[in-house]
Amino acid sequence: MSTTILPKSPAPAQQPARGATPAIRRSTPLRRRRSLAAWGFAAPFVLLFLVFTAWPVISSLLMSVTDIKSRDLRDPFNVNFVGIDNFSAVLSDPLFWQAARNTGYFVVVGVPLVMFVSLMIAMALNTGITRLSGFFRVGYFMPVVTSIVAVAVVWRFLLKEDNGIINLALGWFGIDGPNWLGDPNWSMPAMIMMAVWRSMGTLIVIFLAGLQGVPASLHEAAALDGANAAQRLRLITVPIMRPTLLFGAVLTGIGYLQFFEEPFVMTNGGPLNSTLSVSFYIYRQFGFGNYGIASAMSYLLFFAIVLLTLLQFRLLSERDPRPRKKARKASTTTAPEGSTR
Amino acid sequence: MSTRTTSPESTSTPAVKQNKTRAIAIGEARPQWWLYVTLGLGLIVVVTPFLWMVLSSLKPEAEIRQSPPTWWPQTLTLENFTELFTRLDFPQFFTNSAVVAVFVTLGNLVFCSMLGYAFAKIDFWGRDWLFRIVLATMMIPGVVMLVPLFVLVSKMGLVNTYAGLILPFLAGPFGVFLMRQFIGALPDELIDAGRIDGAGEFRIFARIILPLCKPALATLGILTFLGSWNNFLWPLVVASSEDKYTLPVALALYSVGQNENQYGLMLAGAVVVVVPVLIVFLILQKHIIQGIATSGIK
Repeated sequence: MSTTILPKSPAPAQQPARGATPAIRRSTPLRRRRSLAAWGFAAPFVLLFLVFTAWPVISSLLMSVTDIKSRDLRDPFNVNFVGIDNFSAVLSDPLFWQAARNTGYFVVVGVPLVMFVSLMIAMALNTGITRLSGFFRVGYFMPVVTSIVAVAVVWRFLLKEDNGIINLALGWFGIDGPNWLGDPNWSMPAMIMMAVWRSMGTLIVIFLAGLQGVPASLHEAAALDGANAAQRLRLITVPIMRPTLLFGAVLTGIGYLQFFEEPFVMTNGGPLNSTLSVSFYIYRQFGFGNYGIASAMSYLLFFAIVLLTLLQFRLLSERDPRPRKKARKASTTTAPEGSTR
Repeated sequence: MSTRTTSPESTSTPAVKQNKTRAIAIGEARPQWWLYVTLGLGLIVVVTPFLWMVLSSLKPEAEIRQSPPTWWPQTLTLENFTELFTRLDFPQFFTNSAVVAVFVTLGNLVFCSMLGYAFAKIDFWGRDWLFRIVLATMMIPGVVMLVPLFVLVSKMGLVNTYAGLILPFLAGPFGVFLMRQFIGALPDELIDAGRIDGAGEFRIFARIILPLCKPALATLGILTFLGSWNNFLWPLVVASSEDKYTLPVALALYSVGQNENQYGLMLAGAVVVVVPVLIVFLILQKHIIQGIATSGIK
């Protein structure tokens, strides 16, 4: 009895204390009216959001623990709870692991590559090409606005073994280009090449904006002290650009983990499943009517996205681990005092 | 040419001077011509696929298959396009894409600016957690929602309808985020003045805030339109018969279906999907690049 009263009694005492300053400034009826108006503004969005985003996300989780198939749509009582059976089925499916490896390959090679290329171009555009920088930026950005499907159709031709212009260009340098999309070893590099081409424009624009925040005076000082370009990049540009790089990495990583259109149009997942991505495999399972399996897979992909994002935050946010731990400790010690709980 | 990135351009003379002095200070008196050359070569690489696409769509079938490939068309022909628009129903696909994109864009402009205003300027009950939830959904991959969304839409009887294509995209989190950032930067005094004059919240929003939001609305509108125009997975699933295909769906299904070996048709289709977008982009590039840059800065 006393235990139930105890946690309750401080709450009302602290609640007005916390909200004291705002409560004095505005009267409660006015605030309530504003709240009502605000929810009026929010209503259409929230309604659409609940129906077409929140509900599907929850419902996907529910489906992932059932044996729902497409034919059960007419007969909902036929659906059974199967616990984690779908997840264990997916995780013991060698084709899923193949798809996961392919997707991992795409991300692990593609994201650093496109980040590096974009940063180099952004830095080149930032070093004094004042007049033409806008022109170049527009040019490099062009592929971003185009449909991946259309672009993939075109690249299918560019990548042809015998009469594609990529192998033609390689031939000028005496290189006998591979059968890009027909060889399991080259299909993924070909797709990464196309993805870099298509997505570097976004990163160039983001990095250019970030580079404006790197003071030229720092570079001058470092150069006078004898630092070469590579050292200045590592010790000045990258540390200052870290938040921007993090944003770029997270954005690209989330996008690349979901790659789907490229294999759909260019290879149909082949040759020998070498370009089967997780998203594409989910789509196939959906096409077969295995809704429960597809949902379980999509949640595993979601999980991978969260993991990758956390990893990127670890790698790219503040370098020094010690001060951060201290800061975190400080915040945890102050937290209980600040909040009511 | 965002406000941030063009600032050196608008003050071009001092910037150039500064760069010169910097180059001297750093000891890199090296002329910058090689930078131009490298960037120029890169630009050629970036643009080549588009040029090749347009040029080859004007070649007859045999020439596209020719090895070694030709760059300029030996025989110019429009037969790929005439076939695309007569035998295949590309005008219909074009209309579908346009109808869907227009409605999705209008919906996002209206609903996202409304919620963005509430988030930015009204301190209401539940604001913080609602904002967090909306933001968090930006990380959820589209395929997570694919299955349940399809089940939902088919239960509503909206499979293969415009409504089924449009409704799930009518209000997205990105727009809310963008509008909240923009409206948040507008001075509170405007709203206070409106309140003193006795205007209701909706009137303040419609008469004072919205007219000031034109740049942000332009950016959001263009980005949403492009996103919808290029969207693929959902239309692929929902549009089950040809009369509701959007352009990317039609192009993808034809390029892996029975027309797989009609190269000229596929290239002409790609031109129809890509070229209007590129033209729009080149006209409105300022807004688009600005939108990407500002959402990147925070």
